[in-house]
Amino acid sequence: MSDQALNILIADDETPARNRLRELLAEIPGTHIAGEARTGREAITLTDKLRPDVLLLDIRMPEIDGLEVAEHLQKLDRPPAIIFATAYDAHAVQAFELNAVDYLLKPIRAERLANALKKARALLPAQMEELRQLRAARSHFSISERGRILLVPVDQVIYLRAELKYLTVRTAEREYLIEESLTQIEQEFPERFVRLHRNCLAARGAIRGFERAHGADGDVHWVALLKELQETLPVSRRQQHIVRELGG
Amino acid sequence: MASIKQNHLRIPVALPDFRNMGVQLRILVIVNLMAVLAAVVRADSLITAWPALLQLSAAVQPILLGALLALFILNSPLSRRPYRQGCLAVWLLVLLLTAGMQHFAGDLFGMDAPPSLGRSWFLSSMTVGMLLLYFNLRSRALSPAIAEARLQALQARIRPHFLFNSLNAVLSLIRSDPKRAETALEDMADLFRVLMADNRQLVPLQNELELCRQYLALEKLRLGERLALNWHLDNMPQDALIPPLVLQPLLENAVYHGIEPFLDGGEININIYRSRDQVHMVLTNPYRLEGDHHNGNKMALGNIRERLALHFDAEAQLMTKVAGNQYRVHIVIPYRQAAAS
Repeated sequence: MSDQALNILIADDETPARNRLRELLAEIPGTHIAGEARTGREAITLTDKLRPDVLLLDIRMPEIDGLEVAEHLQKLDRPPAIIFATAYDAHAVQAFELNAVDYLLKPIRAERLANALKKARALLPAQMEELRQLRAARSHFSISERGRILLVPVDQVIYLRAELKYLTVRTAEREYLIEESLTQIEQEFPERFVRLHRNCLAARGAIRGFERAHGADGDVHWVALLKELQETLPVSRRQQHIVRELGG
Repeated sequence: MASIKQNHLRIPVALPDFRNMGVQLRILVIVNLMAVLAAVVRADSLITAWPALLQLSAAVQPILLGALLALFILNSPLSRRPYRQGCLAVWLLVLLLTAGMQHFAGDLFGMDAPPSLGRSWFLSSMTVGMLLLYFNLRSRALSPAIAEARLQALQARIRPHFLFNSLNAVLSLIRSDPKRAETALEDMADLFRVLMADNRQLVPLQNELELCRQYLALEKLRLGERLALNWHLDNMPQDALIPPLVLQPLLENAVYHGIEPFLDGGEININIYRSRDQVHMVLTNPYRLEGDHHNGNKMALGNIRERLALHFDAEAQLMTKVAGNQYRVHIVIPYRQAAAS
């Protein structure tokens, strides 16, 4: 490992910040810049494609921020080592210190960068768990499909349904399977999703209305009608109050 | 430490600004409340207090309105005199008005038995004394607030986030483009000079705008094409006075919440114009509902609102509005001219 150059991916939305990192890395022997990402999304796709050893990851980026990027990248078989960079974020820095997560403060010093690269390693699951509490609600769900990461924007999700081990994530186009818990998602996005049934969360904005339907056993219950899909979602007896709340 | 000491500098007590609507309103309300009190004290029951109040009002209102008008006109010469002389002048003015009222009231309203001049003078002197005492106490009570406002201004302005990112941007320029790095550092120096100055005094709008330009030049360095600016300043009164650091923090908010979170950035509109006696400042920036960093924004807005109130009382307004995907801040302040330099 030591005789091979360290492959590094830079992710920062500000051009001068990327330039500065490039200048600093040029002076650190044994490093090679694999690529540069301007957004969180690019950071994920380029990591996927280039498989760098280390990702230098800015925290504050538009759309998908650095903390969320790190979380999505955990779906890779061999995630890269991540070194976070931030200009100022007291909460994040405190959490990094506490959990021994590698980070750099901007403006970054050459020797600090060299040091961080030397000891950089992939995030441990426990570290990731701590970082998850720092970030705001995710902007995307990520799905690992054939070793690659697919990103599904949260605002395109119509409903999520639990089936055995997985959750089905339904968008207007297709279904995806993710390994998460419905309860956690309900807590993460209380504004966006509403619980219709023990096994189902639906996006409030995707519900067109409610209708009474006859079940197979002759039982009458409410179902939610959706704007973009023909299918209906059953509302459980316990959750019937939402029919009134959402103006069914 | 030196800067902290300055907060305890005594602010000399001065006459209130008689052209300020808030001050005028306070005078009107207090004098009329005193009239009500007097009428109720004099009458046997609450019902008979009403005609007593009417009679009293007929005598009080002309003096009150006359005094307000005279003070409005004489405001600037009065404010230039030392405090004691100013108070004396106000007192004499009211005595004069009372005497005049007494003189003409007999003819105008045909009052049978006008009260003695000595009694009227005594009553109006007491009223003037109480009002002056009230404004004296009020300005003392608020003066620590002005010092406080300066401190608050310090806290509300310039996110550390901006400072460190800008330093980082300048560092990136030093090797490749030393000229631009120089300009950027000069802008930063100017910006921080203002930030660390004593910011209690009003400044010409032009100065504040210069500061905004320097600040935006630094942001432009980092954000490049993502930050688009649209200035509408054709009808801007350059000599209007505003509290320092009112526009700059608002622009900082606009960049932080309206430009940085977007991949393609966006446009900030700055529209400043004068309409009769008021200066309007309108800022708009792109807005997305799901931005969740609103606390910093609220703090800055609260701080600016407070400082506007300290300087202009009820005559300044700050309104915010979300219209579609635009966030709009609208500030209205009374138009006051800077002394020609």
